[in-house]
Amino acid sequence: MSDLYLPRTAVIDQRTQESPTIFTLRMQFEDDHAQQAFDFSPGQFNMVTLFGVGEIAISIVNDPQDSHFFDHTIRVVGRVSEGMSGLRPGDRVGIRGPFGRGWPLDEARGKDVLLVTGGLGCAPLVSVIRYLMNRRDQFGHITILQGVKHSSDLIWREQYDIWSREHEVKVLLAADVVTREWRGQQGMVTELIGELNLRIGRAIALLCGPELMMMAAIANLRSMGLADNQIWFSMERNMQCGVGQCGHCQIGPKYVCRDGPVFCYSELADFMGTKGF
Amino acid sequence: MARDGAIQFAEMTSVEQLSPGLTNEQQPGRYRLRQGDGDRLFDWNHGPQGVKPHCFSPREVLWSEQGEPLRFQPRLPAQAPIALVGVRACDLAALSIQDKHFLHADAPDPHYRQRREQLLLIGVDCAHSAETCFCVSTGDGPALDGGYDIGISELDEGFLLWPGSDKGQTITDRLALQPADDRQLESMLRISTQAAEEQQRSLPQPAELRRLYRRLEHSHWQDVADRCLACGNCTAVCPTCFCYDTGHEMSLDGENAQMVRQWDSCFSAGHSYMAGLLVRANVLQRYRQWLTHKLAGWQEQQGRTGCTGCGRCISWCPVGIDLTQEAAAILREGSVDV
Ligand SMILES: Cc1cc2nc3c(=O)[nH]c(=O)nc-3n(C[C@H](O)[C@H](O)[C@H](O)COP(=O)(O)OP(=O)(O)OC[C@H]3O[C@@H](n4cnc5c(N)ncnc54)[C@H](O)[C@@H]3O)c2cc1C
Ligand code: SF4
Repeated sequence: MSDLYLPRTAVIDQRTQESPTIFTLRMQFEDDHAQQAFDFSPGQFNMVTLFGVGEIAISIVNDPQDSHFFDHTIRVVGRVSEGMSGLRPGDRVGIRGPFGRGWPLDEARGKDVLLVTGGLGCAPLVSVIRYLMNRRDQFGHITILQGVKHSSDLIWREQYDIWSREHEVKVLLAADVVTREWRGQQGMVTELIGELNLRIGRAIALLCGPELMMMAAIANLRSMGLADNQIWFSMERNMQCGVGQCGHCQIGPKYVCRDGPVFCYSELADFMGTKGF
Repeated sequence: MARDGAIQFAEMTSVEQLSPGLTNEQQPGRYRLRQGDGDRLFDWNHGPQGVKPHCFSPREVLWSEQGEPLRFQPRLPAQAPIALVGVRACDLAALSIQDKHFLHADAPDPHYRQRREQLLLIGVDCAHSAETCFCVSTGDGPALDGGYDIGISELDEGFLLWPGSDKGQTITDRLALQPADDRQLESMLRISTQAAEEQQRSLPQPAELRRLYRRLEHSHWQDVADRCLACGNCTAVCPTCFCYDTGHEMSLDGENAQMVRQWDSCFSAGHSYMAGLLVRANVLQRYRQWLTHKLAGWQEQQGRTGCTGCGRCISWCPVGIDLTQEAAAILREGSVDV
């Protein structure tokens, strides 16, 4: 039996500094077979180990068809992520994964897709955005709402520009605090939702970011008539194992690592907004 | 065996090491061994540990790693076979719950499995219930009901013994056993019926307990939180609690490290920590997490509650909090379901 706790080694090919506190590591498994067999869906994550320091949950930001490598975009928040920011091409990390249930691609096929992200929490959504863009004919209108606190926090600016030029793709950026060069809106991303002309009957919403932002967005979407089972979002909780064993990530009866991290609103409605879950 | 004032599983080389006539007194926040008059060997109920530490180790190395170049090595436990003698029905039920958790088909835990496979379980029917026992209401005791290799019932005149598995059968086949007569079988039934009748506590039924999730704002949660010390004793003695933490330990020369896991508790601050935030910052939220998960969440996850009525969390709680009473109070009084 394979040991579900034992990481496999991956070598870093490339490191990109996205912002003062965010960096992307492109890597591949040392073992070619492991790399070829690595099959994930957008919204899934890996447990990434830094030698002697720790192991943390990090989303996979690629389109699954990128078969030769995978990318992790990491924000420095504490001990392990800080340590990982020192990694350079040629360095190695341990990888377990992919884990979890990703975005509901089958449910979204043929629909208009609204993607709402806030704060710096866009990593779990990037993979699905790439997926949609590479399969444009399978989906209806695509609207991306990206909110940041300060306009200088926005990463992947060129990428958003490229996406916005695609057919029937709208990208709306909002920042609470803006500089003069900012071309997006000023204000909260949730305020933009009300201004959208959503075709409610054929829309699905995918959300990611701080929970307060997501709850405000969910309230807006529901008041516009979007059904609870068409609202999906990605959650984070303390995670030690990633495989539904350690008990930390539970929200009510759900394990974020195994039942999520992507949930439908109707699955977690009883707990969203209740402090302590 | 009696050790440090409590019944514990410890290595035994002779039956002389058991204490004839030993019983236990268990009450909220109280556990005492008592020497009775008789010479029965299993008149006590249980000590703080169940089978749990023998499968899910309190602390163990999961793997080790070498830094240059980075390599990970498995570190599966080298577990010698052990026989646990005197396991109770509630603990066998708890073991089957832990088996479902750790040997979950999608992600079986090889460390747990390695230990689990080495166990030989000798169960015994309880002849008495402690004041804190409520296994009748959870449907898990006091008589054995599967999960053991060999079953025992202690009569005044000796023991009734029967196999519960193929492994058990290979052993009982080699013993010179007399068939039990009707009178002995009747005594066996009478003993466990009497133990069941002694029980003073009961847990509300599962369907009722699922309503705990509809009462998250009940004022009684604060009442418990005012008494609870968030010490985590209840989760440590609980035979089904499975939460654990992991951490890396580096060698002094920095060349090697190992991944260690140890029991955690939903009462600890770190349990719900996320960079810069505690999801459960206060005792109310932690006690509520424990009770709702154990009694309601578990039903969705495993099809039954995570409580088998052993009552350890009541005996070993330093302030004597009684989950049967707290759950009943939250379901009974005050606010209606939301
Ligand atoms: C499913 C999932 C996907 C994620 N994807 C990304 C991503 O793509 N990029 C990214 O930068 N971050 C992501 N995170 C958050 C990332 O896991 C945390 O930022 C990271 O664990 C912080 O570890 P630290 O040691 O640097 O911080 P510290 O504050 O020192 O944290 C100590 C320990 O607490 C635990 N912990 C703390 N915060 C979190 C958290 N938010 N989630 C889970 N465990 C936590 C970890 O075990 C961590 O090692 C994701 C989290 C989850 C659950
Ligand atoms: S209920 Fe009792 S044993 Fe459990 S954490 Fe609170 S004080 Fe400790």
